[in-house]
Amino acid sequence: MSNIAVTDAAALPTVAKPFLTRLGTGFFNRLVIIVPYLWLLFFFLIPFVIVFKISLSQTAIAMPPYTPVLDFRDGVSGFFSGFRDLNFDNYVWLTQDALYFKAYITSVVIAAISTVLTLIVGYPIAYGMARAPATIRPTLLMLVILPFWTSFLIRVYAWIGILKPEGLLNQLLLSLHLINQPLVILNTYTAIFIGIVYSYLPFMVLPLYSSLEKMDYSLIEAAKDLGCPPTSAFWKITFPLSLPGVIAGCLLVFIPAVGEFVIPDLLGGSQTLMIGKTLWNEFFANRDWPVSSAVAVILLLLLTVPIMLFQQAQAKAQEQGK
Amino acid sequence: MNSWSRFNVTSIVLGFAFLYLPIVLLIVFSFNESKLVTVWGGFSTKWYVSLFHNQGLMDATWVTARVGVISATVATVLGTLAALTLTRYTRFRGRVLFSGMVFAPLVMPEVITGLSLLLLFVAVGLDRGFLTVTLAHITLTMCFVAVVVQSRLVSFDRSLEEAAMDLGATPAKTFFQITLPVILPAIVSGWMLAFTLSLDDLVIASFTSGPGATTLPMKIYSQVRLGVTPEINAACTILIAVVAVGVIVASIANKRREVQRQLDERAAQRG
Amino acid sequence: MKSLGSIRRDFAPWNDPSAKPYIQFDSVTKKFGDFTAVNNLSLTIFEREFFALLGASGCGKSTLLRMLAGFEEPTSGRILLDGQDLRGIPPYRRPVNMMFQSYALFPHMTVENNIAFGLKQEGMPKSDIEKRVAEMLKLVKLEQFAKRKPHQLSGGQRQRVALARSVAKRPKVLLLDEPLGALDKKLREETQFELMDLQQELGLTFVVVTHDQEEAMTMADRIAIMDKGEVMQVATPAEVYEAPASRFVAHFVGNVNMFEGKVAERAANTTRITGATGAQIVVENSTESKAGSDIVFAIRPEKIKVSSKKPTDAVNALEGEVYDVAYLGDMTVYHIRLDDGQIIRASALNAARVTEDPLTWNDRAWVSFRPDAGVVLAR
Repeated sequence: MSNIAVTDAAALPTVAKPFLTRLGTGFFNRLVIIVPYLWLLFFFLIPFVIVFKISLSQTAIAMPPYTPVLDFRDGVSGFFSGFRDLNFDNYVWLTQDALYFKAYITSVVIAAISTVLTLIVGYPIAYGMARAPATIRPTLLMLVILPFWTSFLIRVYAWIGILKPEGLLNQLLLSLHLINQPLVILNTYTAIFIGIVYSYLPFMVLPLYSSLEKMDYSLIEAAKDLGCPPTSAFWKITFPLSLPGVIAGCLLVFIPAVGEFVIPDLLGGSQTLMIGKTLWNEFFANRDWPVSSAVAVILLLLLTVPIMLFQQAQAKAQEQGK
Repeated sequence: MNSWSRFNVTSIVLGFAFLYLPIVLLIVFSFNESKLVTVWGGFSTKWYVSLFHNQGLMDATWVTARVGVISATVATVLGTLAALTLTRYTRFRGRVLFSGMVFAPLVMPEVITGLSLLLLFVAVGLDRGFLTVTLAHITLTMCFVAVVVQSRLVSFDRSLEEAAMDLGATPAKTFFQITLPVILPAIVSGWMLAFTLSLDDLVIASFTSGPGATTLPMKIYSQVRLGVTPEINAACTILIAVVAVGVIVASIANKRREVQRQLDERAAQRG
Repeated sequence: MKSLGSIRRDFAPWNDPSAKPYIQFDSVTKKFGDFTAVNNLSLTIFEREFFALLGASGCGKSTLLRMLAGFEEPTSGRILLDGQDLRGIPPYRRPVNMMFQSYALFPHMTVENNIAFGLKQEGMPKSDIEKRVAEMLKLVKLEQFAKRKPHQLSGGQRQRVALARSVAKRPKVLLLDEPLGALDKKLREETQFELMDLQQELGLTFVVVTHDQEEAMTMADRIAIMDKGEVMQVATPAEVYEAPASRFVAHFVGNVNMFEGKVAERAANTTRITGATGAQIVVENSTESKAGSDIVFAIRPEKIKVSSKKPTDAVNALEGEVYDVAYLGDMTVYHIRLDDGQIIRASALNAARVTEDPLTWNDRAWVSFRPDAGVVLAR
């Protein structure tokens, strides 16, 4: 055996650090943590600070179109001195214009309704998948995930051709004589609901499926054995046990849906009001960066609670995984 | 029991019809002879031909592919490190903040992420273009990679690493010879996910991209706003085909490995 | 084989005051936060010994093993191997190898690469590695499986690969963490004997952690019985069984009947005990318990004779009623409810195929035992 190696190691300081025995030396450990940490700090957290700061600036016809200009080239002191010229005018403006208030409310309501609709559509699918023979389950799972891999934009676009007045849906309904004149669906809230349910369905089905699949079917059999009819067994056993999946799925749909841009823009038309679209227009059409920053800050505050709920659920799932 | 399984089959069939019908229709009408997308005028591949003569679209495709490959590769490295941090180091200062920063981008509305990144780039004086889109996509997709790799690491048997060290491998050797090869499939699927996310992204790219760095989704979006055309259908079909073939091939290969594995295991138990 | 057996019979360094200890745990304590896994434990293991750490889960036996391997450092105390303090030496520099409970075979490497892994880390020349791997494959009879991956092997084969991999480096000590835990009963019994032969053949020191008392009794030269981070007794299997040091050990290993009582009278060679309910028991002097002290008399079921009539020659005979009978094939277990209410477990070997007039439920019965059949323990 390697006697030399042993003597070598004995020469180490007698008070050994526990990390020596774990995977990695101190340097290696720190590198693993520091690199992604710094990256996320710089590209995720600091941008929010900047958004907040610019939301307190004034609009200006210049490039960049706001004053005081935020410029890190003056060093950190320049960054802080800029704060003196800031004020809450943009937020006051947001409260005075009913348009923004309406946009926030509409977004939340649309997102909430769509989340419930997605749950109603997604639950039977997830349930059916979880009860499918074990051999075809992986295939079904792949079929649910596959649309998620294809472009979001394309999937939303596909509905334009279906929903428009001379579109495929109306053609079908007319030829079946179910309706006499084309339904107006495109450019309405209905189209937005359809778009959100369709686009976010995999996000709902996957967590539901994974909590339903884990469930022991003998629980249902036990309930039936004890005299519980199937429907009631579902509501008393299956559904409560799938609640973690329901919560995760709803958050995964609700949070991004509130700030959704592509769906209201392409399917909702110019009349519909959603905050993501408002922000986009404020930024690209009006070039009002401070106001769009203020819109973003409020939107973020609005989503703080659901996002924290989501993170808690994630952390819990992570713990259980261990 | 019987009625329940009939209910199950029905809901699966309806669900998948809902998921796939719009995509199928889009593909079908990309082969439409007529310029009207909703009226069938006979089979034709002429839109695909005209697609390849559309220089703008071709340029955008090239930009998107490069952004995708670069950002997915960097994001895979960063995301894997982040996953290691999340699973291995349960106690360090700022861990709560760190896990928050990993999970939040998964649900953050894209308009917020896009706007905030743009404002960052302007503040540090970085000209918008290829580099900024790539940086933005790295930030977004590394979090998805982290989640994919992390879920594999959670089920990773730590005694494999202990065994390697017990047999004389240093921590670094243990990582590269044991840990990395074992979690490699998760890292590969993390890369694929990052690549497709980058390929699909419209909102963040619109905020962070500049002249000369128009991505394919941006190009498609600007044309979609002008109306539905068979040419876009054709472009979409190609995009879907590329991704679908990739995913299907990967999962079939995976499945085959899995089946082979099960056969081997059964044979080993018998033998 | 016979010569190995005789070596084993004469092997008792723990009785030799001049023998040099090989592994020493010196007042070792290990804490995980508030939880004390190992509490001020001292233990000595000798070279070439087959040593077993036996205890229920959470008793600290695995922690002890992991400290020896270097995956945990003691909170206080020292661990010496061959006279050298192991503190601060990382696992990859310790001359001990471990066989893991889960086997921890590298799934992406073939059997031969798994076995060669440790040798490659050592920088052994390629030709030597090949030779050693071939030797190891032969040792565990897996020559034709060299190119297979772990998942292509059965449980027993995997266990043997893990074993070959951990002994390939010729470690000073081989640590085995529940080595047979994942095998079914029959294979486990076979493998126990294989492990013993292997240990003799290689002349290594084995430290095995197990919760299976039969496994420990079969294989080990000595057993340390652990509970709550402390060693309750270290002794040979026979001593542990026949002369347990405490009620815990007596209960933990095998079945036992306990009579609580007081020492009534101490004569030259025998002690008379009065049971809590008045029964009188005479036992050989095995402790220094003074008259009047509270004690427990522990006796194994197979040392108790059951009969339908009062035995004429027995010193100790108590009357009762058959409460339960369990026929197990090789033996029959009786539960006798004594007239004072205590239930006694007695087992009788079924030496003959047919017993005339066997005892059955509710029969009157007598239990009897010799004065030297049990031990007196402090209460």
